[in-house]
Amino acid sequence: MRLALAGRAPMGHGHLQVDLVVEPGETVAVLGPNGAGKTTLLRVLCGLTPLSEGRLCLGEEVLDEPNASIFVPPEERSIGVVFQDLRLFDVLDVVDNVAFGLRASGTTRRAARREALDWLARMGLEERANDAVTELSGGEAQRVALARSLAPAPAVVLLDEPLAALDPHRRAVVRRELRDHLAHHRGPCVMVTHDPLDAAVLADRVMVIEEGVMSAVGVLSDLVARPRSAWAAELGGTNLLPAQARGVALTLAGGGIIRVAEAPGDGPVFVAIRPAAVALYRHRPDGSPRNIWEGKVAAIEGYGERVRVQLAGPVPLVAEVTAAALDEMALRIGATVWLSVKATEVAAYPA
Amino acid sequence: MAPKPALRPRRGSRRGLSTGLLAAVGAAALAVLVVIPVVALVVRAPWSSVGEILAEPANRRALQLSLVVSLWALVLSVVLGFPMAWLLARVAFPGRRVARALVTLPMVVPPVVGGVALLLAFGPEGLVGQWLDRWFGIQLAFTTPAAVMAATFVSLPFFVITVESALRGVDRRYEDAALTLGASQAMVLTRLTLPSIRGAVGAGAALSWARALGEFGATITFAGTIEGRTRTMPLAINQALKTDQQAAILLSLVLLGVSVVVLASLRDHWLGGT
Repeated sequence: MRLALAGRAPMGHGHLQVDLVVEPGETVAVLGPNGAGKTTLLRVLCGLTPLSEGRLCLGEEVLDEPNASIFVPPEERSIGVVFQDLRLFDVLDVVDNVAFGLRASGTTRRAARREALDWLARMGLEERANDAVTELSGGEAQRVALARSLAPAPAVVLLDEPLAALDPHRRAVVRRELRDHLAHHRGPCVMVTHDPLDAAVLADRVMVIEEGVMSAVGVLSDLVARPRSAWAAELGGTNLLPAQARGVALTLAGGGIIRVAEAPGDGPVFVAIRPAAVALYRHRPDGSPRNIWEGKVAAIEGYGERVRVQLAGPVPLVAEVTAAALDEMALRIGATVWLSVKATEVAAYPA
Repeated sequence: MAPKPALRPRRGSRRGLSTGLLAAVGAAALAVLVVIPVVALVVRAPWSSVGEILAEPANRRALQLSLVVSLWALVLSVVLGFPMAWLLARVAFPGRRVARALVTLPMVVPPVVGGVALLLAFGPEGLVGQWLDRWFGIQLAFTTPAAVMAATFVSLPFFVITVESALRGVDRRYEDAALTLGASQAMVLTRLTLPSIRGAVGAGAALSWARALGEFGATITFAGTIEGRTRTMPLAINQALKTDQQAAILLSLVLLGVSVVVLASLRDHWLGGT
């Protein structure tokens, strides 16, 4: 069954406006800054926040359509949720947490416990069955929360920052487990995350929400190579500049001109340049690159072997160079440098 | 890391002095208000005639009646009080603040005023009482059920406010999680909410029962002091003070003992107290 949402819901001081279809078996990652409406989207899908306009459908069934006075409450939707804060029930032990959804759907106590034990075995947590949930480690609690939401075999699975609560070194392991468990899920899956790596490993498609509005949807590589917002550009670590295109010449607001290999079409465009594609020189280089600009070093940030140099000037860019190259050039803040970018390294696309 | 000097008392002796002062006042209050009166009861009790006084049928009936009335009041407080607490904690309705204040009214009104109010409502000439009598032949005033009503009237708020505040403190996010797992409201209540507030339910029940056991003013006003029917322990003690002071002291000790034993066992069972 496909999940289809086109509508608007109240959120903080504003609204969330989303148009999204998730196919059966597909995982969509929802990325966006804090407070953008990612969690509100999940609440709308599972029925904890009703739509104020529009329609939400699961297969043929309408789950929420305020204009038709249709609202299916959360307990009647076949939608499993793994909450960011997990919300394991501390008045129940581990196995009863996992059995909770099965009991709710009318499974007998014995059958529900047996199935819950199967789930725990699959998660490698058999010996934790009768423990209190407060005794679990972060990774174990995460797996119990996942088992609890998957056990009643929901038609849709929603995950809210499923790896955020874990230590960085546990994250990779749990991410791989999550991918394996989600592979068995045949329905749509929506996963909120702030980590592009989660999206890369777990999701088929990515949607970006900013300030309650969907700003991009597509595959991650495309989103990173051709960001459409400052947040998305930062996510992919790319330079993003708005410009006016005229043939192969792109004019920035500050007057700088960038030349591209292929004309994107005249009018407003976005220009994306990878920091690693920006070369720095102490003296004006001779010869080939057509894009040469003068700039001033505004900030230097180290990332281990790689160093990011922020440059001010008619074409404000971040360049990524090796620490060795930085030493060799003896760059200091305020120093004047020359930047160059090959025309083929510049991505320009209509805004 | 060294503590900030500003947070440190200027002189150790000064802090010692103020702590000592607080402790002294606390200890004195405990002595004057609790220990000395209890000791007085114990010292003055007619230990030689214990058997005789306790064997007195009227006294045994008073104790029995007290237990029956206070337990009925407890049952009613729980059965009626839980829905009230739920309503006040969970359902947003106009006038909820006023309703919250009204619920606590019997706690602040003198019990004798409550008794007068009950009499004017359910007594023979009462607003409702006259119709109960005329249509169904029910006369409430000066009966055991009247004693139960009076005890419930004063003890119900203790249960309601304890449970209501616990319900308001329950983290609703867990109930949301239960709903997404397909749980009905009833299942959420019985499997999650009630178990998580069982301490408060136990405490509310204990407070409410203790208040019912000691109830005097509303009972004597609305139910009178009819031996075997409405003369509970507090009324029997009050009666005995006028005729047989020895008996009054002993009955007081018995009431004190029952309260302490039951509250102590409840504390261990329900509250996991320290």
